[in-house]
Amino acid sequence: MQTPAPVDYARATSVADAIDLLEKHGDEARLLAGGHSLLPMMKLRLARPEILIDLNDLDELRGIRIEGEEIVIGAMVTHAEILDSPVLAEHYAIFREAEKVIADPIVRNKGTIGGSMCQADPSEDLSAVGSALKGSVVIQGSGGKRTLALREFHEGPYETKVGDAEILIEVRFPIRPGAGSAYEKVERRVGDWPVASAGVFVVVSGGVVTDCGIGLTAIGAEHFCAPDAEAYLIGKAPTEENLAAAAQLAADACTPYADQRGPVDYKLHLARELTLRTLRKAAASSQGA
Amino acid sequence: MEVTITVNGTPVTSEIEPRKLLVHFVREDAGLRGTHWGCDTSNCGTCVLWVDGSPVKSCTMLAAQADGHEVTTVEGLEQGGVLDPIQQGFIECHGLQCGFCTPGMMMTGRWLLDNNPNPSEAEIRDCISGQICRCTGYKNIVASIQWAAEHPATSEVTA
Repeated sequence: MQTPAPVDYARATSVADAIDLLEKHGDEARLLAGGHSLLPMMKLRLARPEILIDLNDLDELRGIRIEGEEIVIGAMVTHAEILDSPVLAEHYAIFREAEKVIADPIVRNKGTIGGSMCQADPSEDLSAVGSALKGSVVIQGSGGKRTLALREFHEGPYETKVGDAEILIEVRFPIRPGAGSAYEKVERRVGDWPVASAGVFVVVSGGVVTDCGIGLTAIGAEHFCAPDAEAYLIGKAPTEENLAAAAQLAADACTPYADQRGPVDYKLHLARELTLRTLRKAAASSQGA
Repeated sequence: MEVTITVNGTPVTSEIEPRKLLVHFVREDAGLRGTHWGCDTSNCGTCVLWVDGSPVKSCTMLAAQADGHEVTTVEGLEQGGVLDPIQQGFIECHGLQCGFCTPGMMMTGRWLLDNNPNPSEAEIRDCISGQICRCTGYKNIVASIQWAAEHPATSEVTA
């Protein structure tokens, strides 16, 4: 029988209240969002907080909206809501393609984007999406709000720049008219963590790539991205040869470990192949195919 | 801490440890053993019940989180002695052998049909993809859900 160790429980009534509770309890407190990473870790005693601060009553952290030139996703928006969002589907196919292969429909009803980002699992699919789209996060503490690029958000596996008494309140993505995007994942079975995943956006204008982003997860790409591959493509026609060269540069940015999901050479092969497939699809989509 | 959770329309108040999982609250405090407790790791899905109408794996949610909310379990499907079509479907199509995964499968199946009354086989399989059956190979579970989709009127068979 797996049960968490004894723990206290408090429901935050507002973001400010949650920050007050965090300041009061220090690093013995943990925020509870969907709970589908934290509760399993507590059962295994990998996490042993003294108090959980439940964010589930905070409507201010829900909702997907357009604000100026950005899409804003509240931290407590669930995977299921991202999957079903017409706003996200209109601007970026990558969200739907990634969410369809994250966990399973029941887990997606609970898991949240804020929780996924802050869990910072090195195999998190949404982290690859966030880095591919060059999104940012808004973090709130008692001193106010600060915005941080997702490509500067991670300190390492399971570590982020969110402080002990801070909360990630929203994730923001720039809208790019004409962008195509795509996501591909190889998993051992439905709902598993990826062996490897790649997600990209591409803007093709006047026959050349004018903007792009490449995200990778589970295969040791620093900050879940491949900047050299992106830089290579800018100004080039999206030919098979150029996309393949960029995909190889993306694989070169990866340092996967061999584990039960596969050996290093297989994962590097997937890095290249999945990047190439998503680049092809996104470039075609950007050109109206 | 004291919590009150409305289970199948009936408020259940209990003094619990905050660490208590919802699946154990339903089985021990509400006394409803239809919800099964399986893998404990949110993989198998036999503990699926609804919180405010949305299915969740109740081994991965604290009872404290459900305080003040509405829970529906497999026992809530039958109404006034009349089985829900999803239950009748599992009878008609032999949708179970050992029956351990069945409550979770029925709660997910009912939710699917409430949102998508005529799902394709692929949609059914996708919807139950987070739930494990080790007996049937899923064929008869899919058939049971399809039967319920084809017979949406309340069954006349009594429980």
